[in-house]
Amino acid sequence: MSRPNTFARLGAVAAVAALVLSACGTTEDKTPSAGTSNGGPACGEKLAFMGALTGPAAGLGIAAVNGAELAVDQYNEKHADCKVEFVKSDSQSDPKQAPGVAKSLIDDDAVIGVVGPLFSGESEAADPLFNEAGMPLITASATKPTLSEQGWTVFHRILGNDETQGPQVAKVLTDIAKATKPYTISDDSAYGQFLTGATDSALGDALVGHDKIATGQTDFQATVTKVLDADADAVFFGGYYPEGELLIKQLRAGGWKGTFVVPDGVKDNEYIKVAGAAAEGTLVTCPCVPGDTIAAFADAYRAKFNEDPGTYGPEAYDAANVFLAGIESGINERSAMNDFVTNYDGEGVSKHVAFDEHGESAEIPIWAYKVEDGKYVALKQLA
Amino acid sequence: MDFDFLFRNFADLTITGLALGSVYALVALGYTMVYGVLQLINFAHSEVFMYGTMAAAFAVIALGGAATTSTGAAIGMLLVALVAAMLVSGGVALLVERFAYRPLLNRNAPKLVALISAIGMSFFLAEAMGLRDKITAWFGLDDNLEPYVGRARNVVPLPDVVDPVGVFDIGGYTVTSIDLLVIGGALVMMVGVDQFIRRSRLGRGIRSVAQDPESAALMGVNSTRVVQLTFLIGGLMAGAAAFLYILRIGATRYDVGFILGVKAFTAAVLGGIGNLRGALAGGLILGVAENWGSAVFGTQWKDVVAFVLLVLILMFRPTGLLGEALGKARA
Repeated sequence: MSRPNTFARLGAVAAVAALVLSACGTTEDKTPSAGTSNGGPACGEKLAFMGALTGPAAGLGIAAVNGAELAVDQYNEKHADCKVEFVKSDSQSDPKQAPGVAKSLIDDDAVIGVVGPLFSGESEAADPLFNEAGMPLITASATKPTLSEQGWTVFHRILGNDETQGPQVAKVLTDIAKATKPYTISDDSAYGQFLTGATDSALGDALVGHDKIATGQTDFQATVTKVLDADADAVFFGGYYPEGELLIKQLRAGGWKGTFVVPDGVKDNEYIKVAGAAAEGTLVTCPCVPGDTIAAFADAYRAKFNEDPGTYGPEAYDAANVFLAGIESGINERSAMNDFVTNYDGEGVSKHVAFDEHGESAEIPIWAYKVEDGKYVALKQLA
Repeated sequence: MDFDFLFRNFADLTITGLALGSVYALVALGYTMVYGVLQLINFAHSEVFMYGTMAAAFAVIALGGAATTSTGAAIGMLLVALVAAMLVSGGVALLVERFAYRPLLNRNAPKLVALISAIGMSFFLAEAMGLRDKITAWFGLDDNLEPYVGRARNVVPLPDVVDPVGVFDIGGYTVTSIDLLVIGGALVMMVGVDQFIRRSRLGRGIRSVAQDPESAALMGVNSTRVVQLTFLIGGLMAGAAAFLYILRIGATRYDVGFILGVKAFTAAVLGGIGNLRGALAGGLILGVAENWGSAVFGTQWKDVVAFVLLVLILMFRPTGLLGEALGKARA
């Protein structure tokens, strides 16, 4: 019995030593400068990204985090002696994990702002904590409208919300898809349900039916039967790509020939990879601007990541640049940063960036895309 | 509540329900057989199924399957995929037995311990699949294996080698080649296993251990071999189910085992856990009930319908529909 005990003691000593060492590490790294603007840029600050980097929705998260990372890299090139550290925190966009991730960002005093959280569900879970801690946020993708109605002073959204997107979805269904019998399907996420509801009310009497599926569902036979039974000529699916790609595959396998319309939550390369031929002709609405048409941004992005910019890439890039502009002006604490963001007014690559009193973007471009030959092709600006 | 819709599309909903139910039934066999022999629920069985779906998808990808593949070549690829899925699932089931069960059973550990070790094995297997990009990167193989290990936590699609072709009409629903293949394939497997357990010498061994392990050992039945065989058959069936599943759904992911495993386990309990034919009946009933329930109440009620049905049946028949143990099944 003595051997395991010795080992246990050794282990305990090692653990304590590690704790002490890491504690020392953090104190030493702590930035000495405190207070507000001192003329030059603030050094040793951290800018965080929060969203899905792994998990089923990681495709969207990675496209966004890359956009933000590009902005930070460009900043650090300019300020090589006074860098900003970029913290990527992975919430898997899971509302259950979001509060824990938020907590660890809040507890790190050097984190001065967060690009994110990525999705609406995790925002609902994490934003109250961020608000309490006064951590300024700019989300580049969470589009549920009620997020800006909670009185969170730290909340900013750099793109349009679903209230503005819903009527555009209806317009795509009736004008571009020329549907006379549109059908809508929502998932059970905060985002999907709201957006589908907004679309339903914009469609009014034209709507021939509605069904609801569950996140994580893989078999959609009952839904396929419902769509065929309603004789729908266009289907809008409000949700994310993991369900969207299987849904369209099974709709096509079931012999449905109509037009499939999806929102930004499906607009990811994963959707095209998995759904393959079934994805062709899918119409997409997105409050995001086509990244590949913004030459300067797209070139820098391709040079760094060897691929075309994805959905929300330009928006996350702009969001990060707002924070970086604040850091550059010498801001090194959260409440000053929040004021800076709230009053920000400047050109971004995706739009003219400015926020209204609720933190909503002042300018809201919405685009329609179409899947052609395995690519998202920008059709036109809807609004 | 839309009963009108249910009656209008009765054939459609029933046949697609039977197709998914066949998959539940084949997976349920694994749960019920292990329970029959060991009185334990093998919670790692859902991962045995998931590895089968991956094997089927990887086999078709490796053979270069694409939408342009000719019908003849596609049939060949699917046969290879079926064999690959069954072998991989059978192999994983044997590994589960070897590492999660046998060391514990040999030491006469309490049954609960084996149950927990199976749950642990389930997490281990699922996460190993979900992290396969990182694991292969340790060996520097991730670039060579990119089509298989890239995007490890995302969906792996089965290349579209077969287009469903309408074969005949029932009640306004065109039964497709895939429906026929799934339901027909599953029926053949089910009858095969049922007859194997009832008629063959090895099957008699399984039944004897299920009935009374000590007497069986006294009569010269090697119970370790019987347990292995039980896991193997369960694994092979899960592999066949995995093939049929991915043919129908078109894609898989490292975590598909969980929900399907819960459903198959439900099917096994519904039919009477430990009872082979019960598991088969339970799977088919569950598949059809889910579809009818989705039609009447809405798709988001699918799982609610399944579990309410389970509770109702257990209230009136606590041992399940055909509640009779594997060992007591008449030969």
